[in-house]
Amino acid sequence: MSTTQQTNRATAIVGDVAQWTEDRTSASKAVREFGRKIFPSHWSFMLGEVALYSFVILVLTGTFLTFWFKPAMAEVIYNGPWTPLRGVTISEAYQSTLEISFEVRGGLFIRQMHHWAALLFMAGLSIHALRVFFTGAFRKPRELNWVIGIVLSMVGLGAGFTGYSLPDDLLSGNGLRIIDGLLKSIPLVGTYISFFLFGGEFPGIDIVSRLYSLHIMILPAVLIALIGVHMMFLVIHKHTHWAGPGHTEKNVVGEPVLPSFAAKAGGFFFMIFAVIAFISALFTTNPIWNYGPYDPSPVSAGTQPDWYVGWADGILRIMPGWMEFYIFGYPISLNINIAIIIMMGFWGIAAIWPWIESWLLKDRREHHILDRPRNAPTRTALGVAAVVWYAVMWAGASGDLVAVFFHMSLNDMIYIFRVLFIVGPFIAFFLTRRICISLQRKDRELVLHGHESGHIIRLPHGEFQERHIPLTPHESWKLTAFEAPPAIPAQPGAKGKVSGLERVRAAMAKYFYEERVTPVTKAELDAAHGDHHGEVEGDDHRDHSAGLEK
Amino acid sequence: MKLLAARRRHPMALVVLLLVGMLLTGGAYSLFTGNTTANAEEYSTAQVEEGQKLFVSNCATCHGMNAEGSENGPSLIGVGAAAVDFQVSTGRMPLQMHGPQAQVKEPQFSEEEIAAMAGYVASLGPGPAVPDEEWLNTAEGDSAAGGGLFRTNCAMCHNVVGSGGALTRGKYAPNLSEVSEKHLYEAMQTGPQNMPIFNDANLTPEEKRDVITYVREVSETPSAGGFKLGSLGPVAEGLFIWFFGLAGVIGITVWLTARSK
Amino acid sequence: MTSIESSGGQGGQLAEMNGFANPGLPEHKPRITDSSPTAERLAERQIAAWFIVSMIGTIWFIVAYFLFPVGDSGALVRIHTMAIGLGATAALAGIGIGIILWAKTLVTDAEIVEDRHDKGGGTEEDQAIALEILNQAKDESGIARRSLIRNTLIAAVAIAPLPAILVFRDLGPLPGDKLFTTLWGPGVRLCKDIGMIPEQSDIMPIRAADVTIGSAFHVIPENLRDSGHPLDEKAKAAVLLMRVDPNELNTDPDRESWGVDGIVAYSKVCTHVGCPVALYEHQTHHLLCPCHQSTFDVTNHCKVIFGPAKRPLPQLPIAVDDEGYLVAQSDFTEPVGPTFWEINTRETNA
Repeated sequence: MSTTQQTNRATAIVGDVAQWTEDRTSASKAVREFGRKIFPSHWSFMLGEVALYSFVILVLTGTFLTFWFKPAMAEVIYNGPWTPLRGVTISEAYQSTLEISFEVRGGLFIRQMHHWAALLFMAGLSIHALRVFFTGAFRKPRELNWVIGIVLSMVGLGAGFTGYSLPDDLLSGNGLRIIDGLLKSIPLVGTYISFFLFGGEFPGIDIVSRLYSLHIMILPAVLIALIGVHMMFLVIHKHTHWAGPGHTEKNVVGEPVLPSFAAKAGGFFFMIFAVIAFISALFTTNPIWNYGPYDPSPVSAGTQPDWYVGWADGILRIMPGWMEFYIFGYPISLNINIAIIIMMGFWGIAAIWPWIESWLLKDRREHHILDRPRNAPTRTALGVAAVVWYAVMWAGASGDLVAVFFHMSLNDMIYIFRVLFIVGPFIAFFLTRRICISLQRKDRELVLHGHESGHIIRLPHGEFQERHIPLTPHESWKLTAFEAPPAIPAQPGAKGKVSGLERVRAAMAKYFYEERVTPVTKAELDAAHGDHHGEVEGDDHRDHSAGLEK
Repeated sequence: MKLLAARRRHPMALVVLLLVGMLLTGGAYSLFTGNTTANAEEYSTAQVEEGQKLFVSNCATCHGMNAEGSENGPSLIGVGAAAVDFQVSTGRMPLQMHGPQAQVKEPQFSEEEIAAMAGYVASLGPGPAVPDEEWLNTAEGDSAAGGGLFRTNCAMCHNVVGSGGALTRGKYAPNLSEVSEKHLYEAMQTGPQNMPIFNDANLTPEEKRDVITYVREVSETPSAGGFKLGSLGPVAEGLFIWFFGLAGVIGITVWLTARSK
Repeated sequence: MTSIESSGGQGGQLAEMNGFANPGLPEHKPRITDSSPTAERLAERQIAAWFIVSMIGTIWFIVAYFLFPVGDSGALVRIHTMAIGLGATAALAGIGIGIILWAKTLVTDAEIVEDRHDKGGGTEEDQAIALEILNQAKDESGIARRSLIRNTLIAAVAIAPLPAILVFRDLGPLPGDKLFTTLWGPGVRLCKDIGMIPEQSDIMPIRAADVTIGSAFHVIPENLRDSGHPLDEKAKAAVLLMRVDPNELNTDPDRESWGVDGIVAYSKVCTHVGCPVALYEHQTHHLLCPCHQSTFDVTNHCKVIFGPAKRPLPQLPIAVDDEGYLVAQSDFTEPVGPTFWEINTRETNA
């Protein structure tokens, strides 16, 4: 810190301030540590930031809303500017939300920003999770961060739902009623959980204030803590990067935090903020004034939760009634609580997937170079199957609107969703795997034969051939720098015996990984070129799936 | 079944059907307490005759030569002028084709012709009349009271602001934002298709007016928050944030990370 | 530690893969702004223009905040929201686009290589020292040797959270028989649901004669206002009343007396998860729940004919009193609403 030597007076002042800060905080260490940290630049690496910045906006706008919102269910008579409710008895929570919407200047704008940001937060979080999954970024050493991400999506859903329920309008009240039914379906303790949550019978007078403390204090605190750990791990592990020339497992190639990445990320924060502001300026979200106050008797057609709870609602719609049965007079309401089972199962399997994959492949190595989705056909296919399954449940929740929109029978829609719920993931799995393998073969062909030039040449003996331009080393590196490990057969354990679990592993590995397309090797490429005297590739009817091992 | 079918063709069958129909519908309507029923006297004899001609040539195929009904269409005895006015002037009748429910289309008849047919049907048995202007004047209505009634009696099918919704097996409750005050009133009063009938004991004419006032107010006031996205609720919002919000943001990420030329 | 290298640096040993040698980072290509001073100046002005857009947006926000009152109607709120919202958009997007353009066009864009640690964990030296510290702590505290205090400590800590769980006991009362009783009882009149909890003057009992064929009435008990928790009671007692041609009803012999000339009353609370089942189709006599599409057949005692519900909707036995009003004969004979664990453990009040 010798900048004070400089003649420029302004710089001298900055220097003094910097020195003052440095003497008290040792900030230079942080700058040295983080200032030139490298972040690889790729659009898909920014998706997590969409969720992060949406969350920051949620905290900012949410804080604003707390200054007016009253989390109370005492009855008041509405006397505000919205005439279709004037004189109607409503709760304080609903009344104060109407006040924020119609009487506080900028209130509706901030409220809509809060709601749109919540929808974008969950969307960003989901798409980021998909990116991490399909590129294999969850592998060692990042398994724990993946689990934290899964927990973030669960807590995020909870935070969203508690917020959706606060205004005490008709839509959110019916949503809570469904939660009440869901809780009551839990064997043995369900009724008690419902009574403890609602402070007695549904709807009671406590639920809004209880959800409020969850929504503004406990869940955000958990989210902030988890996001903090998530970011800390990001720094410790350093970011993954794509296979590319100069990229290795031992390095990370990209832009330094200062100045380039910080500027882009900072600018991106403002852009996310601007997008949310733009949407909130022009598009209505959650018009609670339309829904009216909560009353247990009315309900609106098209009663749906926010999108990220939609899959739970879809499960409730898809399941047939015969799934409820009685044992000694005690109900097992599988038609209802299967929603809880499926959601927990979905998250649970996703959370342990890194260990499953490493167990199946017997791969304990660290991975910092990402897989292109096509180069991990099984993982990609399983991921797409899960996405399709989720999407069927999600679409199930809007079956009534879809039926009206397409002039179809509501009942037929549900039959279709029931079928897709079972077969959709399987179709998706097989289709995706075929597509991945085909794309891999295309890559092989490209590396072996080069780009088509469109130039036809005639050889001395009369044969016509198209001239192919070989790939540059940089191009072919991107297409060949991956592994396609073979399925490892069952191995004997320490005592020389093959355990049952190991047999299961080997059988699954065989099923999942036996069919594979290996990357082109240098030897293969040389052989291909050797066959054809340099750069000219001919149609020699050779088996293009040479790399396909079965 | 054969026996029944044979009897159905018996000349007396028509008379019996007519009687049963009158008992069921007309008799039921006469139970109304203080309902506004149309009297045939409101329509001139010439109108009724004209209406009968129109009826025979356009409606009788399904509803029978004397409006007694057939396999293809219900009896119209006692449905009143309001039902005719609603069904014909919204274009639902004459039916274009059989389906889960009659579709709205361009009306096929002039106002005079519709009035004539309404007069003819009203002359067959007492039933609800075309509403007085008094009950359609939304300036007199109370939208807050109407809102409460609408949420309780209408919102479950038509959505809380009348955007419409699905019913079973391809039927649906239509969007109400473009429906005229008179047709709203007549629909409540006559219960077209599968809609329940809201007689004057269930919703008084004042209450019907309140409901109409509410529907008009929520469908005509611009949404405070901006574009309504169809007022379809969270599904539309979710699709919007994915296909507009997130897609736009991904566009920004691509621009952000693309190398500058 | 960060190694700072120029672009094209090979960043440590580049392993080969599948026999191919890693060709190393491609050569850095300069941008137009790196070579042309004109382009650089243009970019600079462009970026500044975006920051000026932002300033205009901010000022517009402040002006619009005062210029457009929210006043008395939704239309004014819409204008206000749109005006300040677009101002905020410009203010934020101006900064965002400006900074990003700056980063993209003027900030050095060379790629840099940073080494990763060999292992995820610390160095062996770190691990050895950490182990030593822990061992020292163990010895100095004597936690390994003094098993009595160690074990009692573990036990004390293990049970200490119990009071913290116990204090949540008063979150709610125990269910008791609340799910088995509603406000309905002998002689309670059926009244019109007017969309709120009615005051005394708003109570509108329903006459049997009012319920014509094809009608559907949304019904609450007359004593709703008197109950301590009207909403809780309404959530159980809401009823839908319909009149169906008696010839179309397939009435159970035990329930012959539960209706009045084809007038039947059923709980409006879905037996699936509790949404109001209120979509009555008066030609098909189907009741549809708008939340999850359970469909009940009114002509067959509201048995489930489609969807996720299992149990039929409970029927409320009704009769006509001396003045011609519809009254309940008793409470529901089975619990209303969603299925719960104890549902068959006791009788209702009926």
